[in-house]
Amino acid sequence: MVEMINDMPAEVWRELDAHFPGVLHPAQPPERGDAASYPQGGEHRMTHSVSRSVLQNRPRYEGVLVHARHLLPVLRFLRDTLGYVMLSSLTAADYPEAIGQLAPHIDVVYHLFRLEGGGYVVLHVHTSRDGAVLPSVTPEFPSANLQEREVYDMFGVQFEGHPDLRRLLMWEGFDGYPLRKDWREAYYEEEHKPFRSRFPDGGNPLYAEERTPYHANIRYSQEFADSPVQKEEDFSEADALLYARMLSADRDSDKPLKTEEMILNMGPQHPSTHGVFRMAVRLDGETVQHLEPVFGYLHRCHEKIGERNTWLQNIPYTDRLDYINGMTNNLAYCLAMEKLLGWEVPERAEVIRIIMAEFSRVVNHVLAAGFFSNEIGMYFTGSLYALEERELVLDLFEAAAGGRMMFNYMRPGGVARDLPPGWIDRAKALVHERLPKKVKQMQSFLLDNEIVRARSVDVGVLSAHEAVASGVSGPVLRACGVPYDVRRAEPYGIYDRFDFDVVTREHGDAFDRVALRFDEVWESLRILGQALDAVPEGPIQSHRLSPKMLIPPGETYARIEAPKGELGFYLVSDGGANPYRYHIRATSLLNLTPLSALTRGVKIADVVSILGSIDLTMGEVDR
Amino acid sequence: MYGWGIIKTLGMTLYHFLMTYVEDFRAWIGGIRKRTATSGQEEPSSGIFTIQYPNERRDLPENYRNLPFFVIDAKTSQLRCTACGICAQICPVQCIWIERAKEPETGRPRRYPVTYYLDISLCMSCGFCAEFCPFDAIKMDHDFEIAAYRRPGFVSAKDLAKPESYDAKIHPSDYVSKAQSQPEGQTGE
Repeated sequence: MVEMINDMPAEVWRELDAHFPGVLHPAQPPERGDAASYPQGGEHRMTHSVSRSVLQNRPRYEGVLVHARHLLPVLRFLRDTLGYVMLSSLTAADYPEAIGQLAPHIDVVYHLFRLEGGGYVVLHVHTSRDGAVLPSVTPEFPSANLQEREVYDMFGVQFEGHPDLRRLLMWEGFDGYPLRKDWREAYYEEEHKPFRSRFPDGGNPLYAEERTPYHANIRYSQEFADSPVQKEEDFSEADALLYARMLSADRDSDKPLKTEEMILNMGPQHPSTHGVFRMAVRLDGETVQHLEPVFGYLHRCHEKIGERNTWLQNIPYTDRLDYINGMTNNLAYCLAMEKLLGWEVPERAEVIRIIMAEFSRVVNHVLAAGFFSNEIGMYFTGSLYALEERELVLDLFEAAAGGRMMFNYMRPGGVARDLPPGWIDRAKALVHERLPKKVKQMQSFLLDNEIVRARSVDVGVLSAHEAVASGVSGPVLRACGVPYDVRRAEPYGIYDRFDFDVVTREHGDAFDRVALRFDEVWESLRILGQALDAVPEGPIQSHRLSPKMLIPPGETYARIEAPKGELGFYLVSDGGANPYRYHIRATSLLNLTPLSALTRGVKIADVVSILGSIDLTMGEVDR
Repeated sequence: MYGWGIIKTLGMTLYHFLMTYVEDFRAWIGGIRKRTATSGQEEPSSGIFTIQYPNERRDLPENYRNLPFFVIDAKTSQLRCTACGICAQICPVQCIWIERAKEPETGRPRRYPVTYYLDISLCMSCGFCAEFCPFDAIKMDHDFEIAAYRRPGFVSAKDLAKPESYDAKIHPSDYVSKAQSQPEGQTGE
């Protein structure tokens, strides 16, 4: 049958094949000439994948190919009959070259998971590059909402039936679709790093912005240039579109009191929004009628840069995603590379990775609780107590990795540096003596505080069903009573050897989300205690790395339980020194999917409380 | 009792505030400040947590990295760099420009750089260049006080060069282990 590198269960494939005969195809490149046997249907012409090199030597293309017309029935069948309820990741990849008789196409990729755990099912849907249209799955799978907007933004795929198909990260009027392979940025130098000008006949240093002066690096699309809105100062026009939509959405016609509504912008500069996050809110008095999150103020082309970079060069960039948890970002990316490479990791490196990841979780959760107290009006006092403990953990990270936030510590096949002498003893002292005391203290003064309770209990209640459907993960999901943790559902590294519990809470309100983080800190301390006792001697790296290492062709999706939730990396390799496609399933972005629904009808002050309890990092939301 | 949580929280803040003075008093009685200019990582369990920079400084761990520097070999008094270009290849922000010297007559490449620029305004201090340099010619510095009134611009290898003894000072254990494991005369011409 089909050789697949992930463990998509064979029975899933059989069930699918039985229910949709002739619709699905294992996404295995056929022999040359075999492509004609694929059905050519309707307006969404289905082509076979991918670039030339891929067709020749890419045996590790995962999942099944679905015709666009059958996408929704297949997804429904997977969800309702086979239990694949979590549409976790939705992204796309651009294949601009025609291959033989196959037209260039955009490949939209869906990754689905079961709540019971286990691997994923991948669906590929192909659409042509000109006039790319696919049916939207958002009405039935709310977790696709923001991700379909991102694919529309980056690839120009129109999703028919999407309730609000606007650009997500780029501004309205932006010219082109940046993640298509033929799109070039303003400072374009070369397709791939390392740039030839650097070596050996380079020696021509030049500031990038001298080549492309400010103002000359902005292009507007034609339709936008023709409209009266074409200057930077006129961007309020794009906002007018947003406001017009907001005024019509969620109309409550039988309001008892006909009061005047107003639109209020919270952010992008607002002390409670963790950076530059903007929420446009339609208010009736103090009550939120409709809330529209606006993204992209911190967008810095992470994925485009990532596709220019070599494989290793991306590791320090991942530190900058969720900059509180650089360690886990490193880890997720390196796991994805290892899956493609098929590399083993030495025992010592495995344990070190787990120690770093769990320390990162402790830091993140303590800090999240601290900043929550900041947001509900305790100002910075609570955060500073959290920052004290964070400092000590960062000292440990610094001693091992060399940086306090930008670690660049994990490598495919191991870690970058060994632990310095005495590190484990310092870590043990922290884990066994100081942290339990301090976490207990913080827990009691935060969770027993009447003001914290008044501001968070029964605020922003998310039901379990809603949470799963809208794609949230991590503490936000577990606070709704769904015991889903990637460390248990699909163990990576050596997590299966450690003794810990997946903690949950029942109510799914803001208070539970904060309280659950403390519960998880205790579990992390348990893991740390076991791991620090079990650091074996030995090598920390299984392979010698080279700057331009090649990764065999294939595609993969690797995910970990990052402190904020499920962090996934979707990588496609064409066998070269650079990722062909480099996509991050950003935890914080997906956790914001239910924000609009959560805040409907609450008081404006509770919006801050809800946002704080979700715990987002803008570096990851906007990438 | 309603309000008990608030009292407790306020009490904790007050406790921290008062302990600052208690710690000061203890230090005064003992004749030492708790944290000296080279104090390590003994964290205070009570009182003020802050280090009074720049009067007090933390010891930087050996692995700490901030901006690269180039090592001048103690034996030859020359840069160790052989212009192999590995650092320029691995640099994620591509902030290294390098040109290898050529023999004027034959045009054959020589093992030292003609030009070597490193744009430290772009450098993200990831440490890849030091990690992948096969000749130990580039190392990560401990100097983090690099504020300037104007953009420093490109810095050539000579501007960023520091002697081998400095490397031995900031990376003691790494220097010793490298010296033991490496045979003589491996560092360039």
